[in-house]
Amino acid sequence: MAAKGAAVVAINKSRDAAVQHNINQSGQGQIKLIWMLAGTLFMAAALPLTAAILPDERIDALFHYYNGGGITVQGPALQASKQIGNHTSLSAKYYVDAISSASIDVVTSASRYTEKREEYSVGTTYLRDKSTLSLNYSNSKENDFVANSANFNISQDMFGDLTTLYMGYSKGWDAIYKTVNTNAGFDRDPSFEKEADRQKFRLGASQIISKNLVTNLNYELITDSGYLNNPYRTVRFSDGSTLSEVYPNTRSSHAIALSANYYLPHRAALHGSYRFYGDTWGVSANTLDIGYTHTYRDNWIVGSHYRHYRQNRANFYQDFFDPFAPQNYMARDKELSSYNSQTIGLNISYNVIPQGWRMFDKGTLNFSIDHMRYQYDDFSDLRNPTPSPYGFSANIVQVYMSVWY
Amino acid sequence: MLKATLLPILAIGIVIMLNGCTLKPWVKPYERANLADPIMSFDRNPISSSYLNHVYEAREGARGADGGQGGGCGCN
Repeated sequence: MAAKGAAVVAINKSRDAAVQHNINQSGQGQIKLIWMLAGTLFMAAALPLTAAILPDERIDALFHYYNGGGITVQGPALQASKQIGNHTSLSAKYYVDAISSASIDVVTSASRYTEKREEYSVGTTYLRDKSTLSLNYSNSKENDFVANSANFNISQDMFGDLTTLYMGYSKGWDAIYKTVNTNAGFDRDPSFEKEADRQKFRLGASQIISKNLVTNLNYELITDSGYLNNPYRTVRFSDGSTLSEVYPNTRSSHAIALSANYYLPHRAALHGSYRFYGDTWGVSANTLDIGYTHTYRDNWIVGSHYRHYRQNRANFYQDFFDPFAPQNYMARDKELSSYNSQTIGLNISYNVIPQGWRMFDKGTLNFSIDHMRYQYDDFSDLRNPTPSPYGFSANIVQVYMSVWY
Repeated sequence: MLKATLLPILAIGIVIMLNGCTLKPWVKPYERANLADPIMSFDRNPISSSYLNHVYEAREGARGADGGQGGGCGCN
């Protein structure tokens, strides 16, 4: 087993160097193009224009609850935005995931655990004529994972405000740790500390087609480099032995999404969106989401949606590997396997202060419930004596209130 | 490959942009009441949609172009 591991590592090093070289080359070309586009947009932003708006001044407080597949995740989220003068808006967000997990991965290879993830973010938006510039910084912490990211976005209204072009760039820095079960409980393994860098490039446009139809086209390129494994997960060989997963050190993905909203008489709306996804690990996916929003009297909004997701596996994913033919990269993460998922959701919103009250213009109470099902093609449920494809369903409940002031 | 796709888009974009000043909006500002209704927003409840996107992203291989920009992981 040790020899197998060493051989895998040696092959990985040369393969990674080649992959890195290719990605660097194509990455530089992509970055250059994106800056050319940025330059064009900045030129457009310098023209004498009028309109565009800052984000609404609002406060949102949410409680979320997820239960399914042996996992319970719950916690609060708070978000607020405030305008300072006529050109600047500030925003802040706090979000918590309190996780209790006995998922299929945990049950078959580790013990049940609980942990907490906290996320803070702050941002500012600056409005100048028909352009908005926004900056945002976010920090997320859990006991074995720390993520920091800086985000930049610019948008520009044009053609009589029928078109909004936008683009953005994000840079993220992750630190990955591993917790081990010591006498004093779970603690970080001091010998394990890894890093990963992430970059995101966004480009998109919203287009008003008619007085009842608006569309949005959105493209995002994401490149990751560094330690992209999960430090706990293992692959399985058909002889029953296991080995830590081995992932490439880089990953680049493309996602393109087209969405449309159509206004119906009697104040209702149809929504549709489609996303295509592909990456250098061989994962491809299609996402389709359709929805209908209905209003009742002046103060009730009822929304419903159906989402279908289909994914084809990474080319180094296998349910069981052949012990006599080890591969350079090996994964048995079910998120990299082939599967379908469906979600159906309903949300209800009630405006409790339609006439406004004191400093508040409007305030809504909201409730939403989503039911999800995941069915895997080639990820076996090892709890069964004769492994069969794994699947699970989950329910998500959100209760939240929003006030505008 | 991406370069081959993006270059024509860039060229078309610049041409449209240069002509843009003379383009007349075919949906007049006073005809946009329906579009301004909150039910026509692509992101009516940002706190809820960013949460739901996080739920999907933690369970699915695909990522990006969902309107979010977040960080974090929660990949359990």
